[in-house]
Amino acid sequence: MTMAASPSSTRASDSTDLGAIARRIRGEIVSLSHKSRAPHLASSLSCVDILVAAYWGGGFNIGPANHDAPDRDRIVLSKGHAAAALYATLAERGFFERKILDEYNADGGRLAEHPGPGCVPGVEAATGSLGHGLPIGLGMALAARIQKRPTKVLVVMSDGECNEGSVWEAAMMAPAKNAGNLTAVVDFNKWQATGRSQEVMSLMPLADKFRDFGWRAEMVPGHDIAALTAAMAKGADGSGKPLALIADTVKGKGISFMEDDNNWHYRIPKEDEVAAAHRELGLI
Amino acid sequence: MRDAFARELEALAAEDDRIVLLSGDIGNRMYDSFKGKYPDRFYNCGVAEANMTGVAAGMAMSGLRPFTYTITTFNTQRCFEQIRLDVCYHGVPVTIVGVGGGLSYASLGPTHHACEDIALLRAMPDMTVLCPADPMEVRACVRAALAHDGPVYIRLGKKGEPALHDDVPDFKIGTAIDMRAGADVCLLGVGTMLGNTLEAADILAANGITAQVYSFPSIKPLDRATLEAAFRDFPLVASIEEHSLIGGAGAAVAEWLADNGPSAGRLLRLAVPDAFIHKAGSQKYTRKALGLDPQAIAERVIAALGKSTKEKAS
Repeated sequence: MTMAASPSSTRASDSTDLGAIARRIRGEIVSLSHKSRAPHLASSLSCVDILVAAYWGGGFNIGPANHDAPDRDRIVLSKGHAAAALYATLAERGFFERKILDEYNADGGRLAEHPGPGCVPGVEAATGSLGHGLPIGLGMALAARIQKRPTKVLVVMSDGECNEGSVWEAAMMAPAKNAGNLTAVVDFNKWQATGRSQEVMSLMPLADKFRDFGWRAEMVPGHDIAALTAAMAKGADGSGKPLALIADTVKGKGISFMEDDNNWHYRIPKEDEVAAAHRELGLI
Repeated sequence: MRDAFARELEALAAEDDRIVLLSGDIGNRMYDSFKGKYPDRFYNCGVAEANMTGVAAGMAMSGLRPFTYTITTFNTQRCFEQIRLDVCYHGVPVTIVGVGGGLSYASLGPTHHACEDIALLRAMPDMTVLCPADPMEVRACVRAALAHDGPVYIRLGKKGEPALHDDVPDFKIGTAIDMRAGADVCLLGVGTMLGNTLEAADILAANGITAQVYSFPSIKPLDRATLEAAFRDFPLVASIEEHSLIGGAGAAVAEWLADNGPSAGRLLRLAVPDAFIHKAGSQKYTRKALGLDPQAIAERVIAALGKSTKEKAS
């Protein structure tokens, strides 16, 4: 689980390969962190495959063409400190022009370190304070029912975020109101800002916690895009039960010298480290 | 006031299918009729105000018009960050309705005293803060909130408040309501204190002082035109409210005055002191203990008038 990614085994065969897309996004995230002097690099890297599965896997009816359509599916990045991952993903997916990424953390730019409301197409909710995305996502899911729309909602959270009581308020309400069109993915990278998540707060067994609250819940290999896609497809199964996917991930995933090293929660990569990262990703 | 809210929202829900009512596990029987008619648009969100506020924001982002309803303290302070970020930062039309504003729940103790809510909510960018004074003003404020495309906070009393208007007043956000003409002093009765303000005006009249009385439901935005005229035309303008001296309606008027002065008139702020209330007691008892009963209001106004008259003479 904490093994470094092997560049040769993960190299893309062609540019439409989802693994290749994930590597390009990771490369972009590392560059953004370096250029913009922005932290949370490792937190961004750990959720890339989740986002690729969500935006490319075909399970969610959301893309550049329908980003404003009332009946679209919603993807909410609740771990807003991983905004760089979301921005890079949305740019790669074509929600906005790649050059807008130059505005990341730039004076007067559109892309703040935490995503603002409607800052670019594809950002469904402003986040950055933890524990907000699941209640908002639940509201969107219930709204879809009231409005008789087919909308499904996916909320991507961090494991540290599950410290927040509001997560569990929403976790209790969602099954009670049969919000089966709501899926939560926890990017379970085992670290929060200053410590091992399990040592800071008693998080485990996380899937059982959700299950006990009335959710369907399962652990998923968090860097296996096909497995994530298949797991996400189990959402909205008609049972009325929301789905929690605990994605088993590695903080800093994809860059050997960042993997599972919590210093990269705040560290900014130097130029040579960016080059080393890009080499590992097969981008140069 | 709370019954007026329930009835008005139910009436509006018949015409506007975007209205959703979210309750924090109170007012259950009160909403039986709403639930009966619109079961898909009522959610008891439990004793979990942070989540309720986030859920409301998510609904508003999807095009609905949610109203969250629970006891004032819990619906403003417990979920303060959700109001700030999920509602105000997104600028979405969620209406937060607090029941038991000020000392309405005096007997329940400081856990249920709501004397800091106006200060907190009016500091939020894009938030509108409304304090209706009676059931008719509640109806007017609910209509105004629905017509407003942004966050609104409505501070209710509880139940059984006397009607101070015969009909729903003509009210727009950012306007005061003219209740009574007078020449000697101007009284701004805020929300639940309008009744005592009008009674104080009667006592003042018996003392030969005629009071211009406004109901002052719109704390944010303020009615600037009315304030400008009041401080021009009267030697004394008194704000009377069931909220802390710090940050309430009187403080909002004081800020306006500091930014727009000097003026002919001075401001007298009658409010709840900056302290917890440790003694048990009813709303009536507590108001009296704090100098917010009609007699005390009248006496404090008379004293301030004397002072201002003397200052003018010197």
